[in-house]
This record gives sequence, structure tokens and C-alpha cells, in this order.
Amino acid sequence: MKRFRQIFGISLLLGAGLFIIAADHIDAPEVQGGTSDITDFYVFQGKNTDNMVFVANLQGLLSPNATANASFDENVMIEFNIDTNGDNVEDLVIQAIKKDDKMIFVGPVAPSQTGLVSTLEASNFGNDVSKVEITPYGSPAIIGTSRDGMSFFAGPRDDPFFMDFAQYSAIISGNATGFNNPGSDTFAGTNVLSVVVEVPKTMIGGSGTINTWVESKRKQ
Amino acid sequence: MKTIIKTHAFLNDVRKVFAQKTIIIAVATCFAVVAFSCSKEDEITNASETEIASKKGGPFNAVYLQEDQMGRPAVNTVFVSSDSKDLFNVTVPSEQNGLFQSMFQNNLEALSPAYANPGDTNALGLDAATFTGLLATDVLNVSLDGVTTFFDGTNVLTGRALADDVITVELLLIFGGEDFSENPTLSNDNVDANDKAFLSDFPYLASPW
Repeated sequence: MKRFRQIFGISLLLGAGLFIIAADHIDAPEVQGGTSDITDFYVFQGKNTDNMVFVANLQGLLSPNATANASFDENVMIEFNIDTNGDNVEDLVIQAIKKDDKMIFVGPVAPSQTGLVSTLEASNFGNDVSKVEITPYGSPAIIGTSRDGMSFFAGPRDDPFFMDFAQYSAIISGNATGFNNPGSDTFAGTNVLSVVVEVPKTMIGGSGTINTWVESKRKQ
Repeated sequence: MKTIIKTHAFLNDVRKVFAQKTIIIAVATCFAVVAFSCSKEDEITNASETEIASKKGGPFNAVYLQEDQMGRPAVNTVFVSSDSKDLFNVTVPSEQNGLFQSMFQNNLEALSPAYANPGDTNALGLDAATFTGLLATDVLNVSLDGVTTFFDGTNVLTGRALADDVITVELLLIFGGEDFSENPTLSNDNVDANDKAFLSDFPYLASPW
């Protein structure tokens, strides 16, 4: 790679158009800054190692002053997609949608159809549905649980993402040649709206590798 | 370009079809409510059916159309060209590789030209085609059998933990060369941790500022 070092400055300028903001914060014009804008996605083993945790963050870069007034959109479904057989098509979904002051959760359940169009998969209305009160800004986290061992949270949280995005922008704009040390976390002091679901591994395939992604879908 | 136009047209068609379908479902739901109110079921059943009908009138019978999606961090942001970002967000993962891998490779090689050298790889041993072939399908691979991390020096792509320094990992894989030693000023943003401690218990994310 070494002989290309000298043209990095040029290549970074050429690449400038590729970068808007990370990780998925404000990533595309259609959703930028709106209520369906997914900022980040995490999946990790829970404190109880029999469980997995799914995190979807939306509406990033909320200042503390703006956070109290930020809210989930009743017309936007947040859907965790889980592929258990390696074909990158969802075999299970966990859906979340706001209704009044609560977040409703459905699943994990096999979707009636895969892809870009969804319905809420509460086929036995009332069954498979869990709710948790959305935690108001400034209140302790309100945690919902289900009889089958799931946990639920919805509400504002500190944005767990960290990056010196400002310096990165300076580099790709040609105003800097590298990162600073130490860097400065552009996302420090900002909040997001989070949906967190903890689910027993037995409900999402049990063992092996799953492929996962999160979607936001708007009511038509 | 044709594909893009077709996909947009398809989405518009889907929107129209489902707008109509929603009306049909709503009408059907109204009939159901009338039928129940005329039945001789006992009051308890009626009450629960009313509750069901009210749920049906809520979000449960609606159709939802995709607007945004995400698997791995920063993929759309870094590897998708500006005029394709919205399309990428409404392309199902199983079709992303076919539609976007060459764009990913072109953008990677523009960003980090060493990748254009035959045989050039990153520290995972992946050349430009293989690396972008992996990334273009934007799903997060997650192990159900142990450590879950984006990359911790040992485990690779077994999940994404809150504390994972995913940006530095991606910068290293883009700029760091075969042994993470190249372009050190571009390969680490030197922000290695969150500004607030994570919780050891659910919901794990720190309280808001």
C-alpha cells in the first residue's frame, strides 16, 4: 500500500462526496433527521448469557434541551430482522411501534411476508404482544418483561456512538491531513431515542450465527 | 440507472396498491364490528371482541413500507454514493450484493487507492473485491455461542457491543494495510470510548444527558 500514500490527499478529496455522517446518523436524504432515521444498531450477548440484546437508535444528535420534546412516531414501525439460515432473508422479526404512551412489541415471530412491506404480525391479536411504558426524559428507565423471558425498553438514552466526526470532515474536506490525538467525540453530550429488547437465544435460533439488521417502516 | 428507476416505480406501485388494500381492510373491519354487535355472544366475549376491533382499527391492520435500514455501522454512509443512499435503504439485503458490490469496490478504491493494487489486502486478508463483497450485504453477523463483538483483536464480526470502537476498526480495515501499520494518522480517530459509562444491566445504554 505504501506507494500510494502520497496521493491520499487527492483521493480523500475525491472521496469527500461519499461521507455524510456516521454511523448511520442522517445517512440518506429521504430519512435525514426524520422520525424514521435509524442512527445505530447493536446486537450483543446479555448479562444473562442465555439472552441476546437488540438495540435500535433513532433521531440522533438530540441536545439535552431537545430531548424532552423528542418522541417516537406512531406511524413508524421499528423492525429487527433475523435470518437464521444464512440466506439474508428474515426468518423472524421483532416489531416495535408506539401506541399512546407505550411501545408495543411483537415477536420474535415468522413474518407473514418478507421484504420492504410489513404488517404488524400480531396474528392472534393480544397474543405475542408485549408493552412497556415509554420512559419520559428525566425518569429512571422503565423496563417491561414478558413471561417468556424477554425485556423491553423504549425512551431517550445517551447516544452510545463515539467518533471524532468533526476532524474526519476536516480531513475529507482537505483542511486536515490526519486525526488529532487525543480526538474529540462529536457525539459527546447528545442523546438518541432507543428501543432495547432482550430475548432468550432459544427464541431466535438457539446457537450458530444469525444475520441481523434493523428497519424503519412507515404506515401507509 | 434503469434498475433505480424501475425500483422507484415499483415502490410507487406498492404504495398505491397498499393504500387501496388498507381501505379494503378497513371496510372489512367495519363489517366485523357490525357483525359482532348483532350477535348474541355474551358481554364478556363482546367486550374482548370490541377490544380486538379497536386494535384492528389501530396500527394492527395497517401496511408499513420501508424507509431506512442498517446492519453494520457506517456502511451506507461510507460506501454508498450520494445519489444511491435512499435506494440502498430500500433494497433488501439479499439483493444488495448484486446491485451495489461494484459501487462499494469503486468507492473503496477511490478512498484507499492501494486496494487497486493486485493482491493488496487488509489485515483480515481480504482484497477489495472480497472485502466489499462482504460489506455490500449490509447485515450484522451475530454469534449465539459466545463473545459478541465487531472486532476485538481475536473475534471478528460476531456482533456489535456498545463499547466496540467500530469506527477505528473500519478505518484500520480501509487505511491500515495488511498489518494495521499503514497511514496511522488516518487509521484511528483517537476517540476510543463513549462519553458516558454503559450500564451492566438492562437496558445497558447510559441515561440521557
